[in-house]
Amino acid sequence: MEVAVIAYGAGNVASVQFALERLGATVRLTDDPAVIAEAERVILPGVGAAGYAMSRLTELGLVEPIRAFSRPLLGVCLGQQLLFGRSEEGEGEGVDLLDLIPGTVTRLEPAGDLPVPHMGWSRLTRDRDDPLLEGVADGAYAYFVHGFVCPDGPATLARADYGGVVPAMVRSANRWGCQFHPERSAEAGATILKNFLGLSC
Amino acid sequence: MTARRIIPCLDVKDGRVVKGVKFVGHTDMGDAAELAARYRDAGADELVFYDITASPEGRTLDYGWIKDIARLLDIPFCVAGGIRSVDQAARCLDHGADKVSINSPALERPELIADMAARLGSQCVVVGVDSRLEDGEWVVHKYTGDPDARRHAGKRTLDWLDEAQNLGAGEIVLNCIDQDGVRKGYDIAQLSAARARLTIPLIASGGAGAPEHFRDVFEQADVSGALAASVFHTGAIAIPDLKRYLADQGLEMRI
Repeated sequence: MEVAVIAYGAGNVASVQFALERLGATVRLTDDPAVIAEAERVILPGVGAAGYAMSRLTELGLVEPIRAFSRPLLGVCLGQQLLFGRSEEGEGEGVDLLDLIPGTVTRLEPAGDLPVPHMGWSRLTRDRDDPLLEGVADGAYAYFVHGFVCPDGPATLARADYGGVVPAMVRSANRWGCQFHPERSAEAGATILKNFLGLSC
Repeated sequence: MTARRIIPCLDVKDGRVVKGVKFVGHTDMGDAAELAARYRDAGADELVFYDITASPEGRTLDYGWIKDIARLLDIPFCVAGGIRSVDQAARCLDHGADKVSINSPALERPELIADMAARLGSQCVVVGVDSRLEDGEWVVHKYTGDPDARRHAGKRTLDWLDEAQNLGAGEIVLNCIDQDGVRKGYDIAQLSAARARLTIPLIASGGAGAPEHFRDVFEQADVSGALAASVFHTGAIAIPDLKRYLADQGLEMRI
């Protein structure tokens, strides 16, 4: 099992790498467009600001290779948000994202004065079956850390409830996203990563 | 909603976990990696590794040690101690930490919080605050790892919490040092006041001695998580029993 993890200076690369290695995967950390284009499967991690992440992907010439990638791609945390069209994050008009799934990432404004960022363990509620959710119990806990939230729509696979709907997993064709950190979500997270590694390319 | 987090804090000195009563007279409690694995298996929701000697002596973190922990854990963890620059914080994250906690360096140079938030994102910026009641006011202390180096930071606690949040902190750990190590319960009044001032998550620290203390701080101060050390390290409270008890009390726990 080989997987390329995009190391672009805006990610929790090591923790993702270690989680994949615990599952027996061979991990290649890379920012090389050619390596990514040829990879069996790709993980796009990410923490921090969407604008900074997109500027890094642009500088490294990675936007088109990611957009064109036709084998399994998994965006983690900010990486899930980057799959969408735009984000409100940042100054002024926000920032253009990879635009692989339509919709705008918005500031998280939970009802009931819940703290922001949404930080901690929340339950996953399944919207529909998916190979990535195989063996993950409905209601399993996953670890979230985010202050912006993806739009809920046809791409949503699983939700969390945090003073409103949080699309916790999304999918559009060969692209998946996890808003939570599977590498830090104990058994449920490991199962999801294992399922991702097992997808046929 | 999120489950209430139970967070063992491993105070580390020379690679060993220690926890002293009121931060004086440290007692060795075990190997950090061994304890990390034990807490992961017991159901800890998160771990904090705090190099308590780093700040007073001007030392920095042993980054290799972070990597060893990161390889092992599938739950989030935070590292603290001696982080004085954005680059140091970034290296902690590069080695697999999920968050970094800054305390004294943030007091000396508050813009460090803003710089870290801008480059790394607020979600990984934890500001640790050591606070105690003096002359009827909660005030901030710094360099609390070493009694000789401990001093008043010249800030009121609630003012500093506002400032830290406005600069971009993603979470606050409020360590109420009058309670630390004496196991008489968390400082509900202070934590409630802090919760009312903050919009970011708040973690309670200092004073845990019995399961009821955890229930009280979650129910009365509405904190997101509760941090404790000696009660876990000595085995006085077993985490699976604690989480079951809190769930029976109607609190959302990850079990």
